[in-house]
Amino acid sequence: MSQSISLKSRISPRRLIVDALFRTFLYLAIFVSLGMIFWIVSSLWNEAGWLLSWDLLTKYPSFNIDNAGFQSPLKGSLWVVGIATLVALPTGLLTALYLEQFASKSNRVTRLLELNIQNLAGVPAVVFGLIGLAFVVRGFIAWGFTVGSAAAVIAMLMLPVIIIVSREAIRAVPPSYKEGALALGATPWQAVWRLVLPSAIPGTATGSILAVSRAIGESAPLLLLGALSFVTFNPTGLDSPFTIMPLTIFKYASDSREEFQILASAGSLILMAVLFTLNLIAIILRDIATRKRNV
Amino acid sequence: MFEVKSERKSVILSPSPHLQRRLKTQHIARVLMQVATVMSIVVTVGIVASLFPIAIRTFFAIGSRIFGTSWAPLFEPPEYGIVPLFTGTIFVVSIAMIVAIPVGLAAAIFLSDYSSFNLRRIVKPILEVLAGIPTVVLGLFGLYVINPSYVEKYWPIGEPLAFSALGAGFVTGILIVPIIASVADDALSAVPRAMREAAYALGATRREVAAKVVFNAGLSGVVAALILAFARAFGETTIALMVAGSYPKLSGNPGDPMMTLSAFIGFAGIGDAEVGSQAYNTIFLIGAILFLITLVFNILGNKFIARYREAYE
Repeated sequence: MSQSISLKSRISPRRLIVDALFRTFLYLAIFVSLGMIFWIVSSLWNEAGWLLSWDLLTKYPSFNIDNAGFQSPLKGSLWVVGIATLVALPTGLLTALYLEQFASKSNRVTRLLELNIQNLAGVPAVVFGLIGLAFVVRGFIAWGFTVGSAAAVIAMLMLPVIIIVSREAIRAVPPSYKEGALALGATPWQAVWRLVLPSAIPGTATGSILAVSRAIGESAPLLLLGALSFVTFNPTGLDSPFTIMPLTIFKYASDSREEFQILASAGSLILMAVLFTLNLIAIILRDIATRKRNV
Repeated sequence: MFEVKSERKSVILSPSPHLQRRLKTQHIARVLMQVATVMSIVVTVGIVASLFPIAIRTFFAIGSRIFGTSWAPLFEPPEYGIVPLFTGTIFVVSIAMIVAIPVGLAAAIFLSDYSSFNLRRIVKPILEVLAGIPTVVLGLFGLYVINPSYVEKYWPIGEPLAFSALGAGFVTGILIVPIIASVADDALSAVPRAMREAAYALGATRREVAAKVVFNAGLSGVVAALILAFARAFGETTIALMVAGSYPKLSGNPGDPMMTLSAFIGFAGIGDAEVGSQAYNTIFLIGAILFLITLVFNILGNKFIARYREAYE
């Protein structure tokens, strides 16, 4: 009989137990993060799920729950974030192109610009409300509490985020694309415009959609810009007064009566539905982008 | 225009009209890009110019009263002791960190070392959804669920009211979990495979590889994650205002309502402090303090990120 050689692991039981406990802890943490989303959504749903109807989207804010809806804040959010995106997206994209493809990397000015953008992205949102209050609402622009002021502030808030995500997307484009075009006699701009930018679009789109959805949910800076009021008409232009979804929710929430609690929760559900949809689009786009790159 | 000198005659090689047109387009594009790039500087200059002149003037007008323990700039007589705002902020941010660090770091380790490619593809978007929940919704959750059903019922010290620093801290913790998870995951995932394999070859278990080798190798990124999350929690306004309330109470009991620095900006910004009044100016003073503190932490956090990038990328 040949001697059997034990191939059994010599790892001590204690180490195995610690390993198993650690693994359990990690799964628990993931479960808790998932559970948080579920907990938040379900508590909103229990509060206000029964109130949800399409009418809620067409009626205007009101202190009477039977007549209350979210038409003007929804349109206000759309106006503000829409205009802000129209400003911030091209600006951010051009900045990202410049920093990634044209500016010299070792240049001191370039490094300063990068540092500036990085830190701008970390400035608390409410501080952007203060610059709005000092320079856009009053000061030499003096637009007052209007859609235009709010869009300007949200654009400033979005700009660094869009620059950062676009730069990452542009950096992920293989340099050989550009080099090939240059070798065929394209100018650097042609190479960037026709090859680098189109290849970076899925990544940029993903990041920008996430930036837009963050902007839609942003409340703090516009708290300072007079958006915290009941506006029962839709914005008609840059100079009209406005309110936005998050601050209408905030407004309802600051009243302790039961029906306002329900309205605030219903508004939150609508807002979350919009944001989840945007997130979903972003995730699908990124999936397409990574699959393309892996092929 | 390029001149090629030869012995007999000089030939001038000028770009063809077509190339000239293309170069002109490039020139215009370049100018546009430079203008766009300058915009981010304009925003920074705008922030500094809007905050600091008023903040500095207000600071000197207040003088040593700023170290007082009562904050009531909107009342008569006004009081400018900033201590309660700081203690409120520290309470909320610390509680948030206590809640978020274990969950966030565990999620990061899970993503970098414990999940398969497919599992990662599910878990990452979940964290992104969590990161995408608007602060006003989180605030609502704190105000309607955490405060009444948990803090008021179970917090043993004092008599909890509708608002509490504890609830605000907990909810802010939910907000920063995804930040910690994603920044730390980036760092841990950047640790070279060879390091993991070497550790496995020496007989380390999975936990030992993940929690000792990889975690230590990516430590600067983990530190960065914590610092950036701290800065984010520090500047969070809406949650603090909705859940911790707007009463600047100096208290050692986290079950009490408190006011944070950023909540004061939001609170006073809603009210109708007269433009140019001392009360209005204090908003900018607090804004400047908030800006400087978060700036320091962001610079520090990004330094740590640069450190691991240098090492591994």
